This record gives sequence, structure tokens and C-alpha cells, in this order.
Amino acid sequence: MSFPILSIITFLPFVAAVVMLLMPADRKTEVRGVALATAAIDLLLSAWVYAQYLLGGMTGYQFIEQYRWLPALGINLKFGVDGMSAPLVLLTGIVMFTGVLISWGDYDEAHHISAGIQDRPREFFSFLFLLAGGVFGVFVSLDLFMLFFFYEIAVFPMYLLIAIWGWVKTREYAAMKLTLYLFIGSVVALVGALAMYWTQYTNTGVLSFDMIQMESANFSSSFQYIWFLPVFLGFAVLGGIWPFHNWSPDGHVAAPTAVSMFHAGVLMKLGAFAALRVGIMLLPEGAKQWSWLIMIFAGIAVVYGAFIAFVQTDLKYMIGFSSVSHMGLVVLGVSTLNHNGLVGAGVQMFSHGVMTALFFAVTGMIYDRSHTRQIPELGGMMKALPFAGIGFIIGGLVSMGMPGFSGFVAEFPIFMGVWGRQWLVAVIASISIIITAAYIMIAIRRVFFGPMPEKLEGHISPITALDKLAIFTLCSCMVIIGIFPAVMVPMVERGVENILRLLGGA
Amino acid sequence: MFTSLMFTSILPEILILTLAVILLCVEPFWKEEERRNAGWLTAGGLFLIIIVSLLFGRPGEPVSMLGGMIRFDWLGFFFKILFMFAAAATALLLMDHEKAGRRGEAYILLLASLLGMNLMAVSADLIMLYLSIETASIPLYILAGFLLTDDRSTEAGFKYLLFGTLTSTIMLYGFSLIFGFAGTTNIYQLSQLFAVGDISTLLAFSIFALVIVGIGFKLAIVPLQFWAPDVYEGSPTPVAGFLSTASKAAGFAVIVRFFFIAFPDFSTSWTVVLAALAAITMTVGNLLAISQTNVKRLLAYSSIAHAGYALIGVVAFSQLGAASVVFYLAAYIATNLLAFGVVMAFSRVTGLEDIKDYAGLSRRNPWLALMMLAAFLSLAGMPPFGGFVAKVFVFAAGVQAGYTWLVIVGILNSIIGVYYYLNAMKYVYLYRMPAEDEEKHPVPLTRPYAIALGVLVIGVILVGTVFAPWFSWSDAAALNLF
Repeated sequence: MSFPILSIITFLPFVAAVVMLLMPADRKTEVRGVALATAAIDLLLSAWVYAQYLLGGMTGYQFIEQYRWLPALGINLKFGVDGMSAPLVLLTGIVMFTGVLISWGDYDEAHHISAGIQDRPREFFSFLFLLAGGVFGVFVSLDLFMLFFFYEIAVFPMYLLIAIWGWVKTREYAAMKLTLYLFIGSVVALVGALAMYWTQYTNTGVLSFDMIQMESANFSSSFQYIWFLPVFLGFAVLGGIWPFHNWSPDGHVAAPTAVSMFHAGVLMKLGAFAALRVGIMLLPEGAKQWSWLIMIFAGIAVVYGAFIAFVQTDLKYMIGFSSVSHMGLVVLGVSTLNHNGLVGAGVQMFSHGVMTALFFAVTGMIYDRSHTRQIPELGGMMKALPFAGIGFIIGGLVSMGMPGFSGFVAEFPIFMGVWGRQWLVAVIASISIIITAAYIMIAIRRVFFGPMPEKLEGHISPITALDKLAIFTLCSCMVIIGIFPAVMVPMVERGVENILRLLGGA
Repeated sequence: MFTSLMFTSILPEILILTLAVILLCVEPFWKEEERRNAGWLTAGGLFLIIIVSLLFGRPGEPVSMLGGMIRFDWLGFFFKILFMFAAAATALLLMDHEKAGRRGEAYILLLASLLGMNLMAVSADLIMLYLSIETASIPLYILAGFLLTDDRSTEAGFKYLLFGTLTSTIMLYGFSLIFGFAGTTNIYQLSQLFAVGDISTLLAFSIFALVIVGIGFKLAIVPLQFWAPDVYEGSPTPVAGFLSTASKAAGFAVIVRFFFIAFPDFSTSWTVVLAALAAITMTVGNLLAISQTNVKRLLAYSSIAHAGYALIGVVAFSQLGAASVVFYLAAYIATNLLAFGVVMAFSRVTGLEDIKDYAGLSRRNPWLALMMLAAFLSLAGMPPFGGFVAKVFVFAAGVQAGYTWLVIVGILNSIIGVYYYLNAMKYVYLYRMPAEDEEKHPVPLTRPYAIALGVLVIGVILVGTVFAPWFSWSDAAALNLF
């Protein structure tokens, strides 16, 4: 067995979480140092995996590691990445790294700035890293049991992170709502998974949670018809699918900046990814039978999310609903079950993750200084925070799907794929592009240009070097993919080939 | 004839008795302030007994011993180890109890009850079963009412005594019916005597009903759960912890052996009854837990609900089902003892038991808060703690047996569980003390708590992550039933 790189990527955050908890509570800087170092190592390792996969021309599942965990029930700790999951592992590394940078913050009594996490950073980073480890675990797991194991680990720290460090007004409500929604989704999917496990045993006599094995479990059409929806929708709740998206904007708004980044940037991908991996890849017949319904749900999410985002005055709510809209595009791409749609969905997951992380990071910086997120109460930020402003504008361009940025690379194939399946949905969904452009540009004009309100004058101190590094990292990802789609698209295509093979070349 | 195997089969019980006698002889000579050390002696002694039993007392092929009174097999052995572990942890938690910790009787009663539970797990005969149930129960009645000056404790003891004797008498009536129709009290011979068709279904149902009343009281399943919240609230906290874990697990040991061995032919009848009871128990327990303000009552209702989850494994009536029950109980014992241990450690310093009093705990003692988090998340069924894996196994067994509806009920219930467990954690992590001066009100842990809680929290995490060894033992235990 070669170097167990995926295990290290996954378990390093857990180790770091425990190490941080063991450190004295008043050593805040040291705790942050450990967090940053861990995040940097994880980012480098995940980038290395990504580069290997891309440049090595790998296909199928690679970097496979397998440890027998409970042979009696066929549970193995089996890790591996394919063209779909490798970008998401990299995304998690990026968001984790930038999330730590943003949370470092600075404390300035004179300017009433309390950016980042000043209250109990030890616990904060520890819980955040438990979350990160869970997310990595889901993306690399090839064993259904382990996938659930890590999935649940990724869910519960959210409650604490939002409830403790979140926005005082709504955090209790939002945290509980989010946790219950996600938990309901995951346990419903769990029943489906158990049904799949036993049916496989009946069909083939193999007692195993191995997902590669399950691909050839000969689930009957009627079985797939019954269980596809619970499994797919159960996971898709976390992907923010309409009509189960309600938790998501509330959660985004209540969460502290780094958690919003994680939540919208990575966690929602977790839902879409698990829905794809378990729902579509293991129950392909069911997917074909139900894809019309998924397409309708996703189409509604895309348009509805955009409209709701348009009328928001709270910057974070606006981004929260835009996430619903953009994640709707991911699910829309998945629901086409064709090459273009799936490739677009794969790239969109990465692109949206980086973009929305950037949005939340910038919003957090503005809020920490102005103490408001109401768009009408803001203005003139471009002069005060030029770096953040440029970041936000780049994010906006990605969000609108401008050519030259990653958003275009992702959205164009999605719409092509949808057109191939049902042109009407593509036409309706494309309304969202216009609306998105409208609300993004309005927000940019009001917040960054326009006159600065008097009461904010003098309060807006510049952002720190760490913040700039975070913005720079996120922006460069989006621009590089936009200009050189070859750094991601071929890889995702290799992952999609595998899915299409399972779908019978549909 | 006395063979060495006979000696081996009751090795743990002999040692426990010896420990109790030693304690009885030594304790009166200790000074008042040294008597707390009885806890060290009990816990240390039990720890040694566990090791000795694991080394020398392991069962081989299942055999009936001592005139068919007990069955020497892995099922009983695994349960015994669990009970002894629970008793050792309880002894440590008891040490610094203000009123009970310095009285040697408490530890002796604990050991006496433990002896009864160990025998419950291995009883292969109705007479032995009844005697061991009483041996386990009577010391617990006394322990529940141990705080003489505390009215709530007296009430708890009395309530427990009255309902306990009532239900065990009803169960005894069921036993007498069995004896009347079968002519034997040996559980292992009953399955041949009671074939379907020999007795009417109505009679079989009434026997099951009578027996379930007695065992159901131990398990605290609905509709025999009403004693639990009052008794847990009034009893000394470590005793409540012991009641909700070991005593409940002993009930499961009995129910599994009794139904699986004696009435396999009637499985369609009793699984339906137990399935209905499981569904009602989970739902009632969880719904009532939501509105609780006292943390011990909250845990009482949650432990009622947990009996319901574990019953799913019994209902499945398969080897995986039995294994999952045993596994569930192992995870549950560690978790719930941890939860009660945290409650005990907190109330020792503050004297408070309401959930709202836990406000600011994460600043007063971050470690205690983390342990409480681990315990509550494990109860809620979240990884990487034992509760998650245990629930998945039980649900898997349920789905395999075709009880998908029951599993769905279980899942809906665990969602309710998540709600109220997290609600309690909200006080610990989110809210602050009225004056926001947590630094001035630390909650220090004494050494016995640090040891007991540390071991338990590691146990909860180990069961939830490295679950292969625990599962193989549970599986070996379950194998003895088929």
C-alpha cells in the first residue's frame, strides 16, 4: 500500500481538534497557529491529490485505501477519489484554509472592531475542524456506512458553531432548525441505505457496504423506484433543494463568517455530492424514473431562489438565497443525467463553493466594521476596503456566469444539458441569470460605490494581510478555472464517464 | 459433584461476594472521614474481578450448570462484564456524594444488587430467575431511598418498592402458569414442551403479558415507565445512573434469553407485542422528555426512550438483532453512566439539578462541558460516539427483519431526541450565568470523578469508532441464543 494520503487528509483535522482542546484556553494565538498549520497542510495535500489525478491522467477511483473495520457486517474503511470528488476535496482544503485565515481576525478596541473569533477560539477551531474532517471523510468514502458516519460528524458541529458563535438575534432558532432538517434528511437516507444493504445481500449474497460493489447489486426496478426519492432527497436536503431549502438561508445568516463559508461553500456540496453518489450512482434506474421531479424541484429552486435573493435587503440573506439558486443549478445539472449537465454540475459545485465562500468572507469583513448588513445602510466600501471590494466584484461576475470566470465554465454546460433534456426548463431557469445579474449589480453599486453613510465614516479600518491572502486565494481559483477550464473540466469528465456507465450510457 | 467448571461458571459472583464480605469486615474499623475509601475498594476490587474473570472465567461451549439453574455462555458472561463495569463506575461516582458516599452500606448494597444482576444474566431456570431478580431489586429499593433526611429520596424508595413488588408478583403468576402447563421450570426445556398448537394462543398471550409486566418494569417500558422519572429524580444520582443502565440491561438479558430460548415457536406473537410496545415506549419517552426542566427527569425519559430503541433489536428476532441489542446496551451503559456522572459532578458542587442551572458550564469547567456534550450527542445518536453505531446496528436488524415501519418510528423519535438533547446543550455552551462571572464559580472535579468520567468518555468514543471488537463479542453472545 502506498502513502495513505486520503486518510491523512481526513484524520488530520480530527487530530488537530483534539490537540487544540488539550491546549490551555488562554493560548489563543498558539491555538490559531495550530489551526492554520493544519489547514495549510491539508490544503497542500489535497492540492497534491488533485494535481496527481489531473496530470497523471487518472480515471476511475484512485488513491484507494482499504482497512477492514467490521468484516462481520462488511464495513470497511475504504477511501478513494474520482474525478467528481477530487475537486471537492480540494475545495474543502481551500475553504478550510481561508476560513481559518478569516477567523483569525483582529481585535481593535478603538475602532469597535472585533473581527474573527475572539471568544473561546480553542473550542471554535476544534469544532470547525471536526466539521472539516467529517466533510473530507464524506468526499473520500467509498463505503456507505463510513459515508454516513462522516456525514453525521459533519452535521452536529454546525449546531454548536452557529449557536455559540453566531449572530445573537437568530442563532438559537437557526441552529436548531438547520440541525433538525439535516438530521431528518440523513436518517431518511439511512433507512434507504439499510434497505439497499439488505437487498444486495438477498440478491447477490454479499454482505457489504462497499459502494463500488453495490453498483452491481442488481436492485430491481421497483426497489429503485421506491427508494430513490428518500435517498436522493434525504441527502439533497443538505444541498438546499427546494422545498427543503428553508433551513439554509437562516443558517447562513446566523452563522459566524467562517462557518457560513463552510456551510455554503462545502456543506451544501456534501448534500449534492452524497445525493449523486448514493442516489444516482447506486440507484440509476430510480434516477431515470424520477429525474423529471428532481428537475422540477431544481428548476423552481433556481428561479425562486434568485427572486427571493433579489428582494432581500440583508446582504447575508441575499447571498444565502443566491446559494439556494446556484445549488439549484447543480441539482438541475445532475437531474439531466447527461454528459453536459453532469460535467456542469461538477464544476459548479467547485465554482459555487469558492464563490460563496468569498462572498461570505467579504460580507463578514464589512459587518465586523460597520455592524450592519443592511444594503441600504452601507455604501462607499470601495474606497475603504478596495481589496475586499475587488474580491466581491469578481465573486459577483462568477455568480452572474460571466465568461472568463469559473461560473461560466460551470453554468454553460448545465444549460446545454438541460436544453438537451427539456428546453422549456432551460428557458425558465435562464431567467435566474438575469435576476442574479440584477441583484448582484445593485448590491455592488450600493455597498461599494455610492456615498458612505456619515455614521460609518472613520469606522472602517483596513482589512488585515491574512484577510487579503484569503480573498486572493479564493479569487485566483475562480479566475484560473475561468481562463483555463482544462485544469478542471477534463477531470470532472472522467468522473462523469463513470456515472454515465452506470446509467447505461443514457 | 463439584467440578472446576462449576467454580469457573460462578467465578465473578464468588469474587463479588468475597469483596462484599471484605468490605463489611473492614469498613467499621475505618474512621468517619476514611469511609469514603470504600468506593476505591469497591471500584478497584471490581476492576480486579473483571480482569480475573476475563482471564480465568471465560466460557467455552454453552453448558447448563448447577443442576440446570444457570447457563454458562458468552451471553451471560458479556452482560456480567458490563454490569461489573457499571457498578465500578457507580462506586466511583458514589464516593463524593455528600450523604451517601461515606456510608459503607451503600457499596455493600451495590455489590449485592450486582450479584443479583449477574445471576439474572445467566439464569436458565424460572426459579433461579425470580430469585435473582429479587436479589437485584431489593438492594436497589433501599439505595433509592438511601437519603433518609430527603423526602424525595424516601418517596423514590417507597415508590420503587411498591411497584417493584407488585410487578414481580404478577410476573411470578406468569411463571406459575408456565410451570402448570409445562411441568418444568427449566427455560431450556420449555421450547420443546411449548410447541405451537399445544396451548391456545390466548393462553400464550396471557403468559407473555404477565411476564412482560415484570420484566417491563425493569426496562421501564411504557406502560410500566411511570415510576422511572420520580425514582430517578429522588434517588442519589449515582444510584439513578445505575438503575437506568445496569438494571435496565439486566432486564434485557432476561428478556432476550427468556423469549429467544423458551418461546422461539411463538415468535410471531411476542414480536408483534414487543414491536408495539417498542414504538409506544420510544414515542412517549421522547415526547415527555421535551418539556422536562430537571436534568435527571430528562435523562429518565430519555432512558425510557432508549429501552424502546433497544427493543427493536429484540423484535427483529435474529442473530444480528440479538447482537445489536447487546451492542446497544454496551454503548448505552457507558453513555448514560457518563451523563449521570456529569450530573452528579455538577450537583455535588452546586447542589442544583435544573437544566437552566447548567448555564455557563462550558466556561466554568470546559472539560465537564465537553464530557456532557459527548454523553448527550451519543444519546442523540451522533458519531463518533457509541450511540450512533449502536442505533445503526439496531435499525439494520430491524430493516432486515422486515420491520421497516418500526425503524421509521425509531428514526422519527431520534429526531425528537436530537432536539431536546441539543436544547440542553444550549444552556451549557450558549447561555451564561446571570452575572456573567463564571470564572468565580468553577466546578472542580475530584479525583474519583476525573477517573470515572475519563474512562467512560474514552469508552463511549471507543465503542463508537473502533467498534469491531465490541461487535464480535456481542455477536458471540448472540450466537448462544440460536
